[in-house]
Amino acid sequence: MAITVHLPSLLARHAAGVRTHLVGGATVAEALTNLTRDFPELDRRISEATAARTQFVLVYLNDEDVRHHGGWTAPLRDGDEISLVSAIAGG
Amino acid sequence: MTVVAPGRSVRPLPLRCGHCGTTTPASAQAACPECLGPLEPVYPPDRARPSRAEIAARPPSLWRYREWLPLAGVPTLSLDTGFTPLVEAPRLAGLLGVARVWIKNDTVSHPSLSFKDRVVATAINAAAALGLDRIGCASTGNLAVAVAAHAARAGLPAVILIPDTVEPAKVIATAAAGARVIRVRGTYDDVNRLAVQLADRRRIGIVNVNLRPYYGEGSKTVAFEIAEQLGWRLPDAVVAPMAGGSLLSKLHKGFGEFLSDGVVAGRAPRLYGAQAAGCAPIAAAVTAGSWRINPVVPDTVARSLAIGAPADGLRAVRAIADSGGWAAAVGDDALLEAIRILAEHSGVFAETAGGVALAAAFDLARAGRLGPADDVVLCITAHGLKTPEAIAPDQFDLPVISTRLADVERAIAD
Repeated sequence: MAITVHLPSLLARHAAGVRTHLVGGATVAEALTNLTRDFPELDRRISEATAARTQFVLVYLNDEDVRHHGGWTAPLRDGDEISLVSAIAGG
Repeated sequence: MTVVAPGRSVRPLPLRCGHCGTTTPASAQAACPECLGPLEPVYPPDRARPSRAEIAARPPSLWRYREWLPLAGVPTLSLDTGFTPLVEAPRLAGLLGVARVWIKNDTVSHPSLSFKDRVVATAINAAAALGLDRIGCASTGNLAVAVAAHAARAGLPAVILIPDTVEPAKVIATAAAGARVIRVRGTYDDVNRLAVQLADRRRIGIVNVNLRPYYGEGSKTVAFEIAEQLGWRLPDAVVAPMAGGSLLSKLHKGFGEFLSDGVVAGRAPRLYGAQAAGCAPIAAAVTAGSWRINPVVPDTVARSLAIGAPADGLRAVRAIADSGGWAAAVGDDALLEAIRILAEHSGVFAETAGGVALAAAFDLARAGRLGPADDVVLCITAHGLKTPEAIAPDQFDLPVISTRLADVERAIAD
């Protein structure tokens, strides 16, 4: 199972400059845990606990806000794309 | 005479994260590079503040409060925005059962007939100062018109992202000003996400994305103007519509700054947030006593307020709680009726957000949250001619007659 994770520039600077990264995982939570295992500096910024507390980062699965699709427990299929997006925008 | 290039005489203030305190020089970014929290402008604590008399002697625009806006130096763009009328509406006070009602009438905001002119005025000066030669926004409609208008005056190209459901008058006004209008088959929240991703890839000053720290501060001027126009005093309560929640939180900040700087005295007004029931994530959090915003998929005729995942939702909840206010969510039928009631009793024709504000005020009054001793300000944020299709013309008796005088007499008989 290959999941592509897209990082914004603000997070890429904590991930060796990587903007796109392939991970495995059967759910959004598993995929992002694998991402933070590869880039530990991301953990305190995007972990599920941090996201729930601060709501600073939004998680999109194939361009859909995962909060409308089961949140971090949303299941993944091979080829899915996850985008992490700053929530500090709009209005 | 010294000729100053637009933007070069003004310096945006540096930024600090409201969450972790990290500071960063003035720049086009809204999120903290360390924790991704919201960046906010840092005002020099020792800066000079003008007296009431000095403010009152300045031109009637939002720049009369420039010491509380996030730019040092002399702004050169959008100098005539702000200082809209605060008009008393005694007939509405009678309907609501409160002492006095005032309408903060941003339906006549210059140049684009909504309060969004305020935030664009501050953002476009920041954009020019930061050397951004193209601006844009994600919008539910009113911001689109404002960005297009301000960009046209400044000679800057504009890129506007909107849902394809935005009302025709707003789309036409935006396109007429020469902006590149891109309509997205999706909700505002889809559009907003695209704008964030675009701002991360292109050097565009997207006013409510990477210029957001400078943009949001413009809304404080609604509070400053209310205080000045009431004779340097504060009302008991302010009712304002909520979309992303920014206006509510900036009203709270603006009233707080005028109090802490001694411009006015007394107690900060209770702040009441108004949403349409078909998109009420902030009101739901307030009434549930929750500190969590659960996003929704909007379903309301009040498209200008249709933000299902409000970025400043928690800040609005905090502003409402701190001030002792509350929130209300009103149905589409109630908000549409309120548009008519507002026009019939004050002469102010508002778009759907104005109907939401007044309908919420009725709910709050019925619930006893607005009382007979209260001096209440309604924030009416945009003009009704932007959403005329929201009002079904068949609800009015609109006779068509011949050219005979007798027919006129008959038509006005009752």
